[in-house]
Amino acid sequence: MEILVGAFVAVGFLALFFLAMRVSNLGAVTVGDGYQITARFQNVGGLKVRAPVSMGGVPLGKVIGIHFDPKSFDAVVTMEIDRKFDQIPDDTYAKIYTAGLLGEQYVGLEPGGSEQNLQGGSELRLTQSALVLEEVIGQFLFSKAQEGSKSAEGGK
Amino acid sequence: MNSVLDWLAALGRAGLGALARLGRGHVLLLGILAGIGPLLRRPKLLLYQLHSVGVLSVLIIAVSGIFVGMVLGLQGHYILSRFGAEATLGVMVAASLVRELGPVVTALLFAGRAGSALTAEIGLMKATEQLSGLEMMAVNPVYRVLTPRFLAGFLSMPLLAAMFSALGVYGGWFVGVGLLGVDDGTYWSQMQAKIDLEEDIYNGVIKSLVFGFVCSWIAIFQGYDCVPTSEGVSRATTKTVVHSALAVLGLDFVLTALMFGK
Repeated sequence: MEILVGAFVAVGFLALFFLAMRVSNLGAVTVGDGYQITARFQNVGGLKVRAPVSMGGVPLGKVIGIHFDPKSFDAVVTMEIDRKFDQIPDDTYAKIYTAGLLGEQYVGLEPGGSEQNLQGGSELRLTQSALVLEEVIGQFLFSKAQEGSKSAEGGK
Repeated sequence: MNSVLDWLAALGRAGLGALARLGRGHVLLLGILAGIGPLLRRPKLLLYQLHSVGVLSVLIIAVSGIFVGMVLGLQGHYILSRFGAEATLGVMVAASLVRELGPVVTALLFAGRAGSALTAEIGLMKATEQLSGLEMMAVNPVYRVLTPRFLAGFLSMPLLAAMFSALGVYGGWFVGVGLLGVDDGTYWSQMQAKIDLEEDIYNGVIKSLVFGFVCSWIAIFQGYDCVPTSEGVSRATTKTVVHSALAVLGLDFVLTALMFGK
């Protein structure tokens, strides 16, 4: 009986461990000890807190806060980068990408060429906003309409 | 006139009776919790109860977990494939199991499998005056009989729920990846990307701890408070299952609203 109870408790904890390690994101990026950087975007689209921050497709950290700056009307995104990656140039370019057509949004970093590295509290100056699908479709329709009117004029 | 008065008296009696039961239940809970200290000196008692409450429930929990996971895999694939989103099958299966189905279904099965057995056992001890016998021997029946059973139920529930969820994830994997051709890597990586340790898994464990507490408490109180006849024991057993199920489902809504309803 003691053996059975021992096995029961062991299997139970094993299941909990499995849930923590295999099912949840614990095995992925764990930023406990990192430094914070900020970036200003005109539009963050559907970016959420805890979205990944990656460079070259490799996650380096995560978004820990999104705030609105009432003076400049920008969205200020605070990101936490793992301490391991402390060699990122300070003119790095940040852009909000979408994983797949309907996937979640994440911050992609593209390294610049500066000698200076990013430190805790630094701000990324070069950013590009999220791609808003409605705007893109609107621009596409607009340019199509312009082309159409041009070819109609040419035919005259 | 008299019939109205009788009706009012019956209503009052029922209301006061319910309040008195509620009061007795909480007083009993205090007694049970006070028995945890003395129990630590006799861990054997807890061991026996962990066996009858926990180990013997493993089979039904495991089988249910696998089948619930398989059904989730099948239904999830059917719906998600309409949107071309089979890749998120793992997330769907894992999130529904860890957040809701794991704790809730385990608690319902636990109430039916272990809770009713606890009530019947304690009720029969009362009906056959074994509890009074213990008291005559200067042994506190609450400490000796109830506390180990309560603690065993409280400790078993999160472990059983974790087993349920883990096996369910594998059940969904078996159907989704094995039979319906979802990619193996996608199943796991999407799951790992979307399931959060704190928000999903910790909250699921907290839920199952709360359900374990409530189900064990209800089962033990119904047994201890039953009318000591064969009919009373059978009624108490029924009440255990009904009250546990209602408490679990109601509390689940409250807990979900507190945890996930921002």
